[in-house]
Amino acid sequence: MTMYVAGADVGSTTAKVVILDRNGEIAGTSLGPTGASIVEAAQRRFREAIEKAGIDEHEIEFVVGTGYGRFKIPFGDTQITEISCHARGAHRLFPATRTIVDIGGQDTKAISVDGQGEVVDFCMNDKCAAGTGRFLEAAALTLGLPLEEIGPVSLRAARPLRITNVCTVFVESEIMSHLVRGEKMEDILRGVHNAIGVRSIALLRRVGISEEVTFTGGVSRNAGMVRALEDQLGIRVNVSPLSQYIGAIGAALFALERARGPKATVVSEEST
Amino acid sequence: MISAGIDIGAGTTKALLFDPDRGVLARASVRTRPDLEGTAREALAAVCSAGGISPQEVGYIATTGYGRYQVPERDIQITEVTCHARGARRLFPATRCILDIGAQSSRAVRIDDRGRVVRFKMNDRCAAGAGKFLERVSRALDIPLEELPAVALRSKDPQPISSICAVLAESEVINHISQGKPVEDILMGAHLSIADRVLSLLRQVGGGEGEVTLTGGLAQNPAMLQALEQRLGRPLNRSSESPFAGSLGAALLGQQRLVRRIAGAPA
Repeated sequence: MTMYVAGADVGSTTAKVVILDRNGEIAGTSLGPTGASIVEAAQRRFREAIEKAGIDEHEIEFVVGTGYGRFKIPFGDTQITEISCHARGAHRLFPATRTIVDIGGQDTKAISVDGQGEVVDFCMNDKCAAGTGRFLEAAALTLGLPLEEIGPVSLRAARPLRITNVCTVFVESEIMSHLVRGEKMEDILRGVHNAIGVRSIALLRRVGISEEVTFTGGVSRNAGMVRALEDQLGIRVNVSPLSQYIGAIGAALFALERARGPKATVVSEEST
Repeated sequence: MISAGIDIGAGTTKALLFDPDRGVLARASVRTRPDLEGTAREALAAVCSAGGISPQEVGYIATTGYGRYQVPERDIQITEVTCHARGARRLFPATRCILDIGAQSSRAVRIDDRGRVVRFKMNDRCAAGAGKFLERVSRALDIPLEELPAVALRSKDPQPISSICAVLAESEVINHISQGKPVEDILMGAHLSIADRVLSLLRQVGGGEGEVTLTGGLAQNPAMLQALEQRLGRPLNRSSESPFAGSLGAALLGQQRLVRRIAGAPA
């Protein structure tokens, strides 16, 4: 009989669910906004992923929850931190990864991993919106551009501006004053992306930067951010089309280990 | 001769006219626009018209605040620390500490018995502990900024806001709302959060005793005053002139220079 497992990553901004078959191949995925109710968002994504996989809910043997909302996922069998899940997921997609930078909606993490995808060290900023997706959202809102356009627009910059404010609130006024002075949107935006790059790399340095570097989280879909990181690091970074799902993939891989038996369990579970 | 103090803050620009014989002649405040130079001129014109004088009668212009370098007409620019200290001491002569809470920055200043600045500490890197924090909360709750204090004062059980960052606090406020927490309790929690940040600055300058005077735009907010007094455990000095303390200090310091210039000027 076919066996399936699931990983559910409920972040501050988006909820992701990935279903894997017994061979660890992706059978179904779903992604959508978290919104006000973590429970509803998790359930909606879970149902959609099951539907896409074309299976029945009872065929899912084990579910691991991760992300900021992991303790509120009603169908989760256990919870594992997003640090461990991102490490495991990134290792799966890019086995040579030794450093991960995860930029999410409300926090940024730097993780160093070993050759097995185990976490060696990590560092995170979840105290301040600077250097997170919220910083980009604020810039998009101030400039009146859709969030998905700001990365591509920033790539057109000829003379990137230096953004001096760290605080997301203050950067809005800084962007306004650049606009008043007639500065170009692309130059402002490149400055914004570079500013987040500076913050992220400072975090990465604290865990040590060794190749390959994999960029995960919702912000990794932004081509301008990939470019800013690569420019400042001076190396290429891995980005997968599945990068937003990496936490959920990692969670599902842990679920697979649990479903197969206790022998492969390597990560301590969290207690609620 | 009349001196003018212009305090170009991140949120509001305040202007004040001081006459050595008659004291404060007029005050005016305008919203700060990205064009700081134009905003300062607008404030100066407004205060001259309020005081019934022509701008030519102003003998000295001292600027302070975030936009103090952007006024070509100025005779001098002076830091906010010095101006708020001077203004607060004029309003409350026994002041030993000043807490200035503006739209984008907050500062604590300790002065000695002669009004000289002994120590100061400021936060201008981050919106936590400044007026912008309340603007964010106002936006998240969809309540006009000016109505926040009255609503907050109805709180019986303030809801702690654990995020220090104004942006993350906004999400926290939305979560509280979705969990059905009363709006007044969330709002008082936001005021207490600012109070905690600002009072940590006060502790860092050694503001344990003596009179503390509240200045800056948030001095007008009664919920802010209550939050500060509750956390500090003692009353604070505050008056309707508190938001103008910086411009008052600038005008007074300008007056001193004016006197010196007249006395020292060749005949």
